[in-house]
Amino acid sequence: MRIGDAKQSYEADEAILTSSTQKIWFALFLFALLLFPFLADAYLLYLGCLVGIAVISTTGLNILTGFTGLISLGQAGFMGVGGFTVAWLSANTALPFPVTLLFAGLLAAAVGILVGLPSLRVKGLYLAIATLAASVFLHFIFAEWESVTGGMGGLSLEPAHLFGLTFQSDFGMYFIIVPLAVLMVLAARNVFRTRIGRAFIAIRDRDISAEILGINLLHYKLMSFALSSFYAGVAGGLFAYFFRVVTPESFPLSMSIFYLAAVIVGGMGNLLGGILGAAFMTLIPEALKLLTAALTPFYPNAPIFMSPMLEIIFGALIVGFLIFEPHGLAEIWHRIRRFFSLWPFKN
Amino acid sequence: MSSILEINNLSLSFGGVKALQDVSFRVPENTVTTVIGPNGAGKTSLFNCISGFYKPQQGTISYQGKALTGIKPPTRAALGLARTFQNIALFRGMTVLDNIKLGAHVHMKSGLLGSLAYFGAARREEMAVRQEVERHIIDFLEIDHIRRQPVASLSYGLQKRVELARALAMRPKVLMLDEPVAGMNREEKEDMARFILDIREEWGITVLMVEHDMGMVMDISDHIAVLNFGQVIAEGLPAEVQNNPQVIEAYLGTSDMDSLRKKLNPEREVA
Repeated sequence: MRIGDAKQSYEADEAILTSSTQKIWFALFLFALLLFPFLADAYLLYLGCLVGIAVISTTGLNILTGFTGLISLGQAGFMGVGGFTVAWLSANTALPFPVTLLFAGLLAAAVGILVGLPSLRVKGLYLAIATLAASVFLHFIFAEWESVTGGMGGLSLEPAHLFGLTFQSDFGMYFIIVPLAVLMVLAARNVFRTRIGRAFIAIRDRDISAEILGINLLHYKLMSFALSSFYAGVAGGLFAYFFRVVTPESFPLSMSIFYLAAVIVGGMGNLLGGILGAAFMTLIPEALKLLTAALTPFYPNAPIFMSPMLEIIFGALIVGFLIFEPHGLAEIWHRIRRFFSLWPFKN
Repeated sequence: MSSILEINNLSLSFGGVKALQDVSFRVPENTVTTVIGPNGAGKTSLFNCISGFYKPQQGTISYQGKALTGIKPPTRAALGLARTFQNIALFRGMTVLDNIKLGAHVHMKSGLLGSLAYFGAARREEMAVRQEVERHIIDFLEIDHIRRQPVASLSYGLQKRVELARALAMRPKVLMLDEPVAGMNREEKEDMARFILDIREEWGITVLMVEHDMGMVMDISDHIAVLNFGQVIAEGLPAEVQNNPQVIEAYLGTSDMDSLRKKLNPEREVA
């Protein structure tokens, strides 16, 4: 139960973590993240890295779709831009990973601005189609611009390095991916404490009155596209370092749908929702694999039966959440917290 | 008294519908000026022209002596033209506090990098706005008990008050209020009237208002313009407007049967 929540300054009131209970939980969470790679086996470590990459990209898409209200099916394309940028830079230069990831984000942001240009005129489904077109176009470039992207065969790359250290194993990559994910989610949280975040939400809720209140729509829509695709670019770059190979097929259209699904299932316009959605959607295919393995002794045909289930489950989850829990997993989490906020005095 | 806003020969039509025809009137500085008129007279269209959302085909609007033609809505907001909307236009995904802070958007400068880091100038600017909003606006409008609530959960009267707060955060020179007391009960109306008078007297802001509640209009206005079918039919002090036969006719119809007959059938000689 939370009591004694009085604040002495506006600064304290605007902080992300406002109570000591929250601070303790957050510190414990960070400690658990730090401890995780030392305790987890190789498979769990691999999953942890995948979740981290997904969290970054989902947070990016959440900024654009959840907070600014611009539906995008281009996330995989932007990740591809980031992935190929990192692959090309690591093949042709000796730059360390912070620099290559920064370039990956910036180039993806530039492409994002271009793709976002029609967003002043088209909204909703039409914008989704426009971004879909951009994503197909990017895929075409990845496949055909052989001198840079290696064509259909793609590029393989050296492990990430910094100050002579190389990050070859999943164990090493975990210490790049997870801190970066934590930082980028916190940065996104900061944005929504300031004028820029408020402008994004205003555009989502009522674009016409936002404009009359002094918000330049094109400027902020493009900024949202840039920020969102910067996150996608960095996630794509990490993806490249993690798998050490990128091909055009690394970033298929279904990946864009995967991220949109993660945003919807997690909770649109809620950063915690993006994190929960990313983790949930990444772990579902793995859960399905475990289930298949468990069923095979009893039904030898289980693998054949279960392999198309993934798409069906993704689709059912999107539809189910839109109908029954439009605020997503984040809302379920809030409900649990509300229950415990007065526990054990009331239930 | 000098005018802060002058509307000169403004005409606006949508296809064949003439929303505004040759509308001219002035808004004297530091007054409560009210535009009244029956439904569909063009009052909200006039507000939308001043905000820059509609582009009139003819005529000019000059603000502080300069024509506003060609200036986009966000720039007009930055120049000091703030408004509220007839159908409440609060941002439902934000709390009361964030809605109000959004009003200060045009006066803030921090960029994306500052926002991401929430550090240095960006942080100080946010704190300064929070302080301004808390001390001047939330306190003045007596809404401190709801600052953390999402706007969707508030009553209609409180939502109108939050909208006024957001407009005040824009640091306006001219505050345009589109039906500020529509749908309110007596007590809420009295509160709102008191706020409007205080805004003019203590803050020195010129108020331009559209309102149907004649009791309130006559009580608090310094200057009234009457619109009917897109045309200004009268302008002046409340008492002058109240006794103007054309205004009475526009609102109540006429009691003079002869003039009514003439209107219905102008050719036939009146018996």
